[in-house]
Amino acid sequence: MDPLFLSRLQFAAATMFHFLFVPLTLGLSIMVAVMETRYARTGDETYLKMTRFWGKLFLINFALGIVTGITLEFQFGTNWSRYSAFVGDVFGSLLAIEATAAFFLESTLIGVWIFGWKKLSRKAHATVMWLIAGASTLSAVWILIANSWMQHPVGYVIRNGRAELESFSDVVFQGWAVLTFVHTVSAAYILSAFLVMGISAYHLLRKQHVEFFVRSFRLALGIGLIFSLLEVVEGHLHGADLAEKQPTKLAAMEAHWQTSTEAPIYVFAIPDEKNERNVVEILPIPGLLSLLAKHDPKAEVKGLKAFPPADRPPVLISFIAFKLMIALGVYFALITVYGWVRRNRLVETPLLLKLMVLSIPLPYLAVEAGWVLAEVGRQPWIVYGLMRTSEASSLVAGSQVLISLVAFILVYGVLGCLGFYLMAKHAIRGPEPVRNQGPVTL
Amino acid sequence: MILQDVWFFLWGLLWAVYFISDGFDLGIGSLLPFLGKSETDRKVMTHAMGPLWNGNEVWLLTAGGVTFAAFPAVYAVMFSSLYSALMLVLFALILRGVSFEFRSKVESPGWRKLWDGCLFIGSLAPAVLLGVAFANIFRGIPIDQKGIYHGTLFTLLNPYGLLGGILFLCLFLVHGSLWLSINADGDLHARAVNAANKLWYALLVVAVLFLIATKFATPLYDNYTAHPALFLVVLITVAALLGTKVFLKTGAIWKAWFSSALTIIGATFFGIIGLYPNLFPSSINSRYSLTAHNASSSPLTLKIMLIVALIFVPIVLAYQVWAYLLFKGKVTSEDLAYEEG
Repeated sequence: MDPLFLSRLQFAAATMFHFLFVPLTLGLSIMVAVMETRYARTGDETYLKMTRFWGKLFLINFALGIVTGITLEFQFGTNWSRYSAFVGDVFGSLLAIEATAAFFLESTLIGVWIFGWKKLSRKAHATVMWLIAGASTLSAVWILIANSWMQHPVGYVIRNGRAELESFSDVVFQGWAVLTFVHTVSAAYILSAFLVMGISAYHLLRKQHVEFFVRSFRLALGIGLIFSLLEVVEGHLHGADLAEKQPTKLAAMEAHWQTSTEAPIYVFAIPDEKNERNVVEILPIPGLLSLLAKHDPKAEVKGLKAFPPADRPPVLISFIAFKLMIALGVYFALITVYGWVRRNRLVETPLLLKLMVLSIPLPYLAVEAGWVLAEVGRQPWIVYGLMRTSEASSLVAGSQVLISLVAFILVYGVLGCLGFYLMAKHAIRGPEPVRNQGPVTL
Repeated sequence: MILQDVWFFLWGLLWAVYFISDGFDLGIGSLLPFLGKSETDRKVMTHAMGPLWNGNEVWLLTAGGVTFAAFPAVYAVMFSSLYSALMLVLFALILRGVSFEFRSKVESPGWRKLWDGCLFIGSLAPAVLLGVAFANIFRGIPIDQKGIYHGTLFTLLNPYGLLGGILFLCLFLVHGSLWLSINADGDLHARAVNAANKLWYALLVVAVLFLIATKFATPLYDNYTAHPALFLVVLITVAALLGTKVFLKTGAIWKAWFSSALTIIGATFFGIIGLYPNLFPSSINSRYSLTAHNASSSPLTLKIMLIVALIFVPIVLAYQVWAYLLFKGKVTSEDLAYEEG
C-alpha cells in the first residue's frame, strides 16, 4: 500500500473529525460565558440553568475536541516527516506557540470551571469561562496562521536545504491569515448558533421550558444573524484574495477551464476532469466570475488549462465543496433574517422552529466542505507553490499507516457516535432543576 | 552555539515537567482497578486527577511542539521512526481523555466499568511506552543517514527498553499513590499509603537494575566519566528516592510527593545529560545521530521561541499552581455529590 495516499486519507479523516468539535467549542464557550455573566450580574436562576445545560453540552463536545486535536500535532511528525523537516523552522514554532500561549490556558481552566463551582465566586467562575473562550479563540488564531502559511507562504527564505524563518511578523500578520481567521471563526459562531437554535426549537415546538429556550434561541439568533451576514461579505473578499494568490483553486472551485474575459458563473454545471470541460453548463451569468474575482466584469480570469495538469487540484471535489458551502451560506443568512423578523413570535412560528431543528447538521456540512475546499483545492501542493504533497510524506511502511488508519476510523467512529449520542440525549432531556449548584459566595 | 544548548536543556526540562505533573495522573489511572474497590473509591480517584489532568497533559503537547519548533529534524525522524509506538500512546491518551468525561454521563455499572477499563489502559500504556521510547533513545535507534528507521515496533521491545518501561511505570505508580494519599481520606487513604510503601521497594530494585543496565546497554555514562562532577545529579536523584521513603515513614506525605517529583526530575536529567549533545542517536553509525547542533532550527527561530518561552512558561506555571492550590485538600463526599449535578 502507498503510504502517501494512506497518510493523506488519515490526515483528512483525523482533521475533519477534529473539526466536528472545534467550531462548537469556539462558539458555545462564548454563549455560555454570556449566560453565566448574566447570572452573575442579575442572580436570575434561569441564566444559571442555561449555563448548566448548555455548559454540559459544551463539555462533552470539548472533551472530544481536545483528544482528537492532540493526535494532529504529532501526525506532522509521524506521517509528514519530510514536510516537518523542510518547514519546521517556520511552521513548528507556530504550533509550539499555540500550545504555550493558548492551549495551556484553555486546558487548565476547563478543570477549574468543571470542579470550581463552589471554590470561586460567581463572577470569578464566569470569568473563567470567558478566559476559556478567549484561549480557544487564541488557539484558533495560531493554528490558522500556520495553515495560512501552507496556503500562502511568506516571510521565509530557502537556506540550508529548507525553509527558514526570515520575518516572524510577515508570517503572523499576513492578510491571508486575517481573512481565514474571520472566515473560520464566523463559521464556528454560525454553527454554534444553529445548534443552540435547533435544540431550543425542538423544545419550543413541544412547548416545554418555553422561557428558558426562548432566551437561548434569541441569544443564538443574534449571533447567528450577525455572523451569517458577515460571512457573506467576508466570503466575497476571500474569493478576490484567492484569485490573486491561488488562481488554481479559484479556477477549480468554479470549474473554469478556459482563460477568458467576462468570465461567467454557471448556476449549474458538472465538471468533466478527463476531458477538461464541463459536461453540463446551465444558466450562465456573464461576467460574474470576473466581477467577483477581480471587481471588474470585463477582467480576465485564468482558466485551469492555463496551468499544467500536474499543477491542478482535483476539480470535481473542489467544485462540489465550494458550491455546497456557498449554497448553505446563503441559506444561513436567509433563515436567520427570517428568524429575526419573527423573533418576538417564535412559539407562534412552527415553520421556523421546524426548519431550525432540521438545520442543525447543515453548518457542520458547510464547515467540512470549507476545509475540503481549502485543503483539496491547494493540491498538488502541501505548501502552495513551494512543496508538493508527494514530496512531504514520511518514508514509513505502508502497512504501518494502514493499521493506524483503520484504528483511527474505528476509534473515532465509535467515539464520535458516543459523543453525539450523549449530546443528543442531554439535549433532548432538557434542563434539569438546579439543586443548589450555584457558587455559594458572591 | 549557546542557543542550541539552551534549547536542548529546556527540551529536557519540558519532559521532566510533563513526567512530574501527568505522571501522577498516569499512576493513579494505572492503580484504579487495584485501589478502587468501590464506586466511591473510584470517584475519589478520578476526582484526585479530574481538575488537573487536562492541563498536565498539555506539557506533553508542548514538549512535542518544542521538538518541532527547535529541532525540526529530530521531530521528523523521531516520530516517524517511533510511528507505531507513538500511535499507541496517542490512542491510549484519547481513551483516557474521553473516559473522564464519559464515565459519569450514563447511570449504569456496565458503562462505568467500560470507561474505568479505558482509563486504566489509557494510563498504563503511555506510562510504559514512554519509558520504552526513552530507554531506546538512550540506547540508540537504528536510523540511517537519511533518518530512515530500520526496524519495527518489536525492535523497541528489547530487554533494556522494557526495563525502561517498567522503571517509568514504577516511578509513576509511586508518584500517583502519593498524590492519592494526599487527596483521599479514610480507608482509601490507608490503602494508597500502603501501596506507596510497597511500590517504593519495587521502584528501588528497578532503578538500581536500570542504572547498572545503562552501563552495559548505553554510552550514557561517558559524559559522566568525562565530567565526574555530573555524578552529583545521580546522587541527588538517589537521595530524593531515599527521601521519599523517609518522608513516607514519618507521615509527611506532601514532602514525600515532592521528593518523588525530584526523583523523576533527577531521573529525566540523568538521561538528558548522558545523551548530550545527542537528541536522537543512531545505533547504526554515530555520524547519523541527530544532535542539538546538527538538527536545530535557525538562530532566529530559536531566539523567538526562547522569548515566547520566557514570557509564557512562567505565566503557565503561575496559573497552574493557582489551580493546584484551588483544589488542594481531601476530596469530600460533598465534592462527589456535587459532580453528579
